[in-house]
Amino acid sequence: MTNHYIDLKNSDCILIMGSNAAEHHPIAFKWILRAKEKGAKIIHVDPRYTRTSARCDYHVPLRSGTDIAFLGGMINYIVNNDKWFKDYVLNYTNASFIVGPDFTFQDGLFSGYDAQKRKYNKDTWVLEKDSKGIPKRDMSLNDPRCVFQMMKTHYSRYTLDKVSSITGVSKENLLKVYEEYSATGVKDKAGTECYALGWTHHTTGSQIIRTMSMIQLLLGNMGICGGGVNALRGEPNVQGSTDHAILYNILPGYLKMPPASLDTLDKYLEKNTPVSKDPQSANYYQNYPKFFVSFLKSMFHDKATAENGFGYSWMPKLDDGVHYSLMHLFDKMYEGKIKGLFAVGTDPAVSSPNTNKVRKALEKLDWMVGENIFNNETYSFWKGPGVDPKQVKTEVFLLPASASMEKEGSQSNSGRWVQWKYKAAEAPGDGIPVGEITIKIMAAVRALYAKEGGVHPDPILNLKWDYTDIKGRYDALKVSKQINGYFLKDTVIEDKAAGTKTEFKKGQLVPTFGMLQVDGATASGNWVMAGSFTATGENRMAKRGKDDPTGLGLYPNWSYAWPVNRRIIYNRASCDIYGKPYNPKRKLLEWVGDKWVGDVPDGPWPPQADKEKGKYPFIMKADGLGALFGPGMVEGPFPEHYEPLEGPLAKNPLSGQLINPAIEIFKSDLDKVANADAKFPYVCTTYSCTEHWCSGALTRWQAWLLEMQPELYVEIGDLLARDLGIRNGAKVRVSSIRGAVECVAMVTKRFKPFQIEGKTVHQVGLPFNYGWLFPKDGSDSTNFLTPTVGDANTFCPEYKAFMVNVQKI
Amino acid sequence: MEKELIKLIDTTKCTACRGCQVACKQWNEMPGLKTKQWGSYQNPPDLQWNTWTLIRFQEYVSDKGAFKWLFRKDGCMHCTDAACVKVCPSGALHHTEFGTVGLNSSRCIGCKECVSACPFDIPRYNRETDKIYKCDLCYNRLRGDESPSCVKSCPTGALTIGRKDAMTKKAYARAKELGGDANVYGDKFVGGTHVLYVLDEKAKVYDNLPRDPSVPFSIIVWKDMLKPLALLAAGGVLAGSFLHYILHGPKLPDEPGPNEPGKEEKGGE
Amino acid sequence: MEITRRGFLSMTGAIGSGIALSGLGINLSPVKAYADELSKMNRVKAAKQVTTVCCYCSVGCGLVCSVDKLTSKIFNIEGDADHPINEGSLCAKGAGFFDLTEANKHRLKKVLYRAPMSDKWEEKEWPWALERIARLVKDTREAGFVKTNAKGEVVNRCENIGHLGSSNVDNEECWLMSIKARALGMIYIDHQARV
Repeated sequence: MTNHYIDLKNSDCILIMGSNAAEHHPIAFKWILRAKEKGAKIIHVDPRYTRTSARCDYHVPLRSGTDIAFLGGMINYIVNNDKWFKDYVLNYTNASFIVGPDFTFQDGLFSGYDAQKRKYNKDTWVLEKDSKGIPKRDMSLNDPRCVFQMMKTHYSRYTLDKVSSITGVSKENLLKVYEEYSATGVKDKAGTECYALGWTHHTTGSQIIRTMSMIQLLLGNMGICGGGVNALRGEPNVQGSTDHAILYNILPGYLKMPPASLDTLDKYLEKNTPVSKDPQSANYYQNYPKFFVSFLKSMFHDKATAENGFGYSWMPKLDDGVHYSLMHLFDKMYEGKIKGLFAVGTDPAVSSPNTNKVRKALEKLDWMVGENIFNNETYSFWKGPGVDPKQVKTEVFLLPASASMEKEGSQSNSGRWVQWKYKAAEAPGDGIPVGEITIKIMAAVRALYAKEGGVHPDPILNLKWDYTDIKGRYDALKVSKQINGYFLKDTVIEDKAAGTKTEFKKGQLVPTFGMLQVDGATASGNWVMAGSFTATGENRMAKRGKDDPTGLGLYPNWSYAWPVNRRIIYNRASCDIYGKPYNPKRKLLEWVGDKWVGDVPDGPWPPQADKEKGKYPFIMKADGLGALFGPGMVEGPFPEHYEPLEGPLAKNPLSGQLINPAIEIFKSDLDKVANADAKFPYVCTTYSCTEHWCSGALTRWQAWLLEMQPELYVEIGDLLARDLGIRNGAKVRVSSIRGAVECVAMVTKRFKPFQIEGKTVHQVGLPFNYGWLFPKDGSDSTNFLTPTVGDANTFCPEYKAFMVNVQKI
Repeated sequence: MEKELIKLIDTTKCTACRGCQVACKQWNEMPGLKTKQWGSYQNPPDLQWNTWTLIRFQEYVSDKGAFKWLFRKDGCMHCTDAACVKVCPSGALHHTEFGTVGLNSSRCIGCKECVSACPFDIPRYNRETDKIYKCDLCYNRLRGDESPSCVKSCPTGALTIGRKDAMTKKAYARAKELGGDANVYGDKFVGGTHVLYVLDEKAKVYDNLPRDPSVPFSIIVWKDMLKPLALLAAGGVLAGSFLHYILHGPKLPDEPGPNEPGKEEKGGE
Repeated sequence: MEITRRGFLSMTGAIGSGIALSGLGINLSPVKAYADELSKMNRVKAAKQVTTVCCYCSVGCGLVCSVDKLTSKIFNIEGDADHPINEGSLCAKGAGFFDLTEANKHRLKKVLYRAPMSDKWEEKEWPWALERIARLVKDTREAGFVKTNAKGEVVNRCENIGHLGSSNVDNEECWLMSIKARALGMIYIDHQARV
């Protein structure tokens, strides 16, 4: 989230799209209803009428997978009806930048496409610069090659008729939402968007979110109270696990995994450290080398020296342009190339797409180590439906773990609040925290390498690995201090602006990432967390102060919000270029005299009207401004509507390009696709429910929750059910070209058919909370139905739009 | 009564998250039981001995064709003129100082008089323990200056509790604010209930909600004529059992009803 | 941190002073019969109160675990009324948090091992399991370690072991897993952030 949960109460209009907030974030919804009680409009756009829709001002059904068309139409509406916030767009976005002369867009494809590789060469996706290397701008926004005009042209194709025909949303409903939401494009109104997996789980997921970000920039809703683009993330510490990079492509703190082409630290740092010639751009990532070197120091401590590139050569390198996500892992496992697997607090045999493929792949493992508080379908795959244990060679370890309340440590919520929690009791039996299991396994591996030697042993033996207390137990506090970082030698930090010098002793904690050093004088396991402790060792994550000086619900003394306890990111954009708040009634920040007052600002610099010292607000962007033109995405700088890999249409109504041209196509014999196929006529989507959590691997073992949602069901509109002769509560079979599940039909008025390109299209939906292991009569994984395909940027799987058939049993 | 409380259920704020349904079981240490998916989110399908608070889900289309998904938390209404208290021969069901209807399980003899008497169909019988069960509005928490579990867990303010006068006023103010068919339900019958609803639609729209609940005449006879005399004569539980015997004959084994539990799948054991 | 008894009682959910009956001189006859049930409230008040954070969605609601001081067992969990986000409230999953404790009979309590071709789990002790896992990790890594890729670039990676999970453990644990995997040279690293 750019903002945080309580801040939802400050909004004037909340668009819930790609989220079922009332069911999946019930306590977040409390804050949404607070806004509603104060007069805010709450809009739910979703294929299905849910518990969220029931409490919104209105619900607008849309066909799954067509969000970009819907939002592209909103951009078109905003631009044509002059609803955009001019002061903000001119000053805080790249609307006025000039797009390079060779950039083109034709029939669904941007310049530079290689159909063979399904990839773009982005060389033409550039913004022009002047002789000093500063971006060229046309502040009149009249230049036909300026970003604003290019954007306007791009979305002029997203007419009401076209969008309605693609999405199935009536023109009346489109206009209703567009008008309501774009009314926040004024300085004293705030509009926010709440999304969740309903947006990320698409082949176009990242671009859906980007389209919304563009709308928020056009309406001046970024960086303000009650605004932002807010991911209501699905797991208790998914913010933290992302920050700490249990992901193939990044290292802790969003540092890039080194690619094979960058064989030295210098080359790596040069490539990853952005440069800006514009003196008004803070270009905060110019500090990248400090963060990266401090990370390596944290891993390897005194074994990492300037001479050995701080251990850069010990880090594994990824092949350039190759991905190693969950779907790739199971693809390789299915090929027999993966021999061992750690599966910690996860149940991919239920939660990963294309269950048939995943479960076959697991049978090819030599060994698996599971760590969890309950057994699940992944750990027990060898005795699953249709599996003969005598034929499965896999050695499986299932290690008992402590539950959340049985260990001390921190969790980060979606609002980036890092909250400390305490140990209330011991785990039952032999259970220990996952942290302790990790420490012990790695210690045992290190002992083997120390004793026997082996291939490339340096990173294993040089790893700093002393995170236990005197009793040999996992010490969360010790780890969290390592993550925060500390000085490795006595260091004097000079603040030239303030004219101060502060001396830090060796071993003292680093109070903010601004003090991290590039020469190896500091170690920090994750730079974004530097500051979670004070220099004197106070744990800011454990703070429970209830003061709210701004009255906006920032609670600056409750827990710690990264970065540097900033509660709302890009908050300098809540003020005009002179530092005066756009909305004095919700004063998040104000430039008073020579400093910012309010939330922790995005940097201490004066507002940008000060041409000498002032800085632009979007400090993490090299240009310092919000990007309406975003060349970072793999499928193009302007989001474009493409159909899902599997959909009801044989042709994209907007272009000759049916599906996202940049998605990777998996090609195993179990990766079948049935687009616009009469055998699978219904659009299907999957989701969770309030009473279960994700795969249900934790909640299905809990009788109170299972009592409320005991068994897999498919929600079917009453019209479709009537056509198929299916009565409520009957057993049915739902099938895709990849697999099938049997479940109970829930016939409902909450799914309505769509009119798409002149045809009636029905949609159905199932939760994915069930598996064969427990309860025995709860059915099995909904992901037998889903395809192995993901977003082109992130590889989040497409769980939300594919095609099925439904039959009576 | 100085301490009289009212729990207000504002159905227009309920998101059916069912925090209350679980919080109730957690505090009162009731197990989760085996259920089936029967084509609805509502589960268990009805109140049952382990389920004293239940969110009812109802798809509703108005005369004008507008669709609504109605959520209503069902449970004991804590009547002032409580039929269950009137018929209870053992004194297990009684009024508390908060005006709520308490249930002292140790006194319950499992006669089920309250089951047939309750105009809201609330008390539920468990054959294994031979006792009836229902919400006591967390009497133990009220005495400890804590709100009932359901109220505390409610995220949206759909459930609130407070002094009778204040809550009645709040209910009417809310109904007025909502306008249309919104109405207050509970204060106009059975002497006024200690649970009030703000309903979005007319009461008749809601499943399982009586439009005009009342205490059956036969019970008034029993309460006003027979029971006081008998209790005076014999006192306590014994008298209740005796009276039950002379009025209804020996207690017979209960026939399993539709909501009887199957295999027990206990939650917090 | 233990929050004070007063802290627990100062919950916003409390319905106001004056409800507690001590000294009010009302008829307490039904109260005695409630002794058993009342004891839970008394136990809560007498218990050690330990704050934690919910382990389901990412809202980060606060909870309070009541721990019996004699047995050191958790016997009640409810919302933390002082928490600015949830203010004591909880959804169905959060309200059922207690069923994640050892009170749930399905919790794993022993190291379980399934041998190749076996049709059952066996209980094992930690030292045996750690030794065996370390052996498998090392042997697998040794057998599949890749020093250079197809282009001849140095990659020094372990391609044949994957690591999945988890966003359901603490930050400190995530960080340890993240760097452990990198030190071993693993590249197939992923978790629920992508799922």
